[in-house]
Amino acid sequence: MSAKTLYDKLWESHEVRQNENGTSLLYIDRQLIHEVTSPQAFEGLRMNGRAPWRTGANVAVPDHNIPTKDREKGVEDSVSKLQIDTLASNTHELGITNFDMSDPRQGIVHVIGPEQGITLPGMTIVCGDSHTSTHGALGALAFGIGTSEVEHVLATQCLVQEKSKNMLVRVDGKLKAGVTAKDLILAIIGKIGTAGGTGYAIEFGGEAIRSLSMESRMTVCNMTIEAGARAGIIAVDETTIEYVKGRNFAPAGHEWEKAEKYWRTLHSDEDASYDETIVFEASEIKPMVSWGTSPEMVAAVDGVVPDASDPAKAEQIGNALKYMDLESGMPIEDITFDKVFIGSCTNSRIEDLREAARVVQGQKVASTISLAMVVPGSGPVKEQAEAEGLDKIFLEAGFEWREPGCSMCLAMNADRLEPRERCASTSNRNFEGRQGQGGRTHLLSPAMAAAAAVEGHIVDVTKYYEN
Amino acid sequence: MQKFTSVNGLVAPLDRSNVDTDAIIPKQFLKSISRTGFGPYLFDEWRYLDHGEPGQDCSNRPLNIDFVLNQDRYKGASVLLTRENFGCGSSREHAPWALLDYGFQVILAESFADIFYSNCFKNGILPVVLSKQQIADFFDAVEANPGYTMQVDLESQTITDPQGKVTTYELDEYRKYCLINGLDEIGQTLSYQKEITAFESKHLEQNSWLFKEVR
Ligand code: SF4
Repeated sequence: MSAKTLYDKLWESHEVRQNENGTSLLYIDRQLIHEVTSPQAFEGLRMNGRAPWRTGANVAVPDHNIPTKDREKGVEDSVSKLQIDTLASNTHELGITNFDMSDPRQGIVHVIGPEQGITLPGMTIVCGDSHTSTHGALGALAFGIGTSEVEHVLATQCLVQEKSKNMLVRVDGKLKAGVTAKDLILAIIGKIGTAGGTGYAIEFGGEAIRSLSMESRMTVCNMTIEAGARAGIIAVDETTIEYVKGRNFAPAGHEWEKAEKYWRTLHSDEDASYDETIVFEASEIKPMVSWGTSPEMVAAVDGVVPDASDPAKAEQIGNALKYMDLESGMPIEDITFDKVFIGSCTNSRIEDLREAARVVQGQKVASTISLAMVVPGSGPVKEQAEAEGLDKIFLEAGFEWREPGCSMCLAMNADRLEPRERCASTSNRNFEGRQGQGGRTHLLSPAMAAAAAVEGHIVDVTKYYEN
Repeated sequence: MQKFTSVNGLVAPLDRSNVDTDAIIPKQFLKSISRTGFGPYLFDEWRYLDHGEPGQDCSNRPLNIDFVLNQDRYKGASVLLTRENFGCGSSREHAPWALLDYGFQVILAESFADIFYSNCFKNGILPVVLSKQQIADFFDAVEANPGYTMQVDLESQTITDPQGKVTTYELDEYRKYCLINGLDEIGQTLSYQKEITAFESKHLEQNSWLFKEVR
């Protein structure tokens, strides 16, 4: 038997049948549903007189356009409200569990999955959202799908899929203090580009990945889609097992033993071969900041805004600099901000908030910053942070402390940038208008965002870690 | 789903790489709960000078006359010509819905983002991958010839230009089959009901924890 990658193993263990044309019918263990990409799927199901194949495989939560403050007033935007109510009625009608706005477990779909033990190692996991890649951190095969596929999974518990190629991104060595998983993934995307992973499933391995916490691994896998790959995966190890143990919906007792034994086989065989291998040295990575309108447009904190000398990229870089209102050659540290956003499915977990709070502690948000906000990823994250007093640290510094949701990551609710406003953001996309029409986004880590809030411009946060 | 056989239409050039789904249909329009009506908001931030909101009547909005689709010569185009990595970003199927609702049935590009590519087939849009050179040549031809049309045929996998010059393209057989026949993929999958059930019971036996109810 030939050696297999983790991706091969996960794929093969879920293959219901192989079709003549090379695609496979893949069994899906878990589907996560949110309010934006599901209404048309439920409508389709109804129109065709179909019922869910396995109701219990689905879990829903509203997150994209719910308000992050004054929740007692309900959802004021009537269009958003209709979408959230539609999710509630669709799930209620079919008996699908929905963590609605009043449920203490509500939060961003990719935060609550692992947090509740709803997503587990070895599963195939889908959601009508491209950042579903996040769940691959647990050694699961997880990828984003479109609305037609949401309907397909509801109706059949399966998807027709073409197998991707295998890519290994190996990160050797150790990250320096103050350099985080976010900097690592931004550096990777900067190198391979936003289409570098197209057609691949990316497995992240190597010493630096092994030494990341579970939450940091989620940050890495989360942004795999920004590198063009639908799925990012990390092998199961002690860190994974420890993380999953005791979660609300994780197995227990005899079932746990059985599951754990299986999960420990979820790694690539030693001599497995990959279609592509890319190697990074962790110690060379510095805090990263995006300067343009695509997640591959990044620079190290001590770098400068690039020039458009490469003729192949001149137009793209020129467009980006114009939109971002930046000059070639300008030091990254001179970039100043109007707003700071700490949140999103990339960086809104408890460790992210701890990192940011550590930088903010005893400091004040710079007077030039009109709004600095922290949006925890879920109800339990918020509760934990409050138990640790992190909310006080943020509030005393002048941050706003909000209710969980996607918020200014994509600005579907009231949290958004005004035209020309510049934001230091821990989210994952810096496309034109992503955080509000005409708004300018710079992606960075929670610690870097916190430091930018305090100093009003980009600073190398590693200096906060020197003693 | 609508069957796709052949399209003979005007070509509009969108000379950009990495056109993302936020640009194709900005997020405020994702609040709709239906599949149609997205056409007027396609490329909203590029197309109009003001900020668009769902449900808004677009007929009186100020147009960005620099944006290519606003030029008279491309009115009524059904083929979109663009560069690499088209449709990157989110998984929103609202992107193909908006393109289709606007009137685009074919998209020619050097490459597409994975999720977007598969979403096209599920909505009766044909995404065609051509080489960098072929794309560049079409850009030149469109630029030089106002009213440039082409015939894109699915059965023969060919593109025929106004002079009769034929370009062939590659396509996965299964996707072609579904598109030509307007097949309902869910119905197809349900025809394997027995196999799914058999797989499921074996899977349950081996991994019972996967089937725990979330309440
Ligand atoms: S936080 Fe942002 S990227 Fe994540 S699911 Fe929400 S909108 Fe998408």
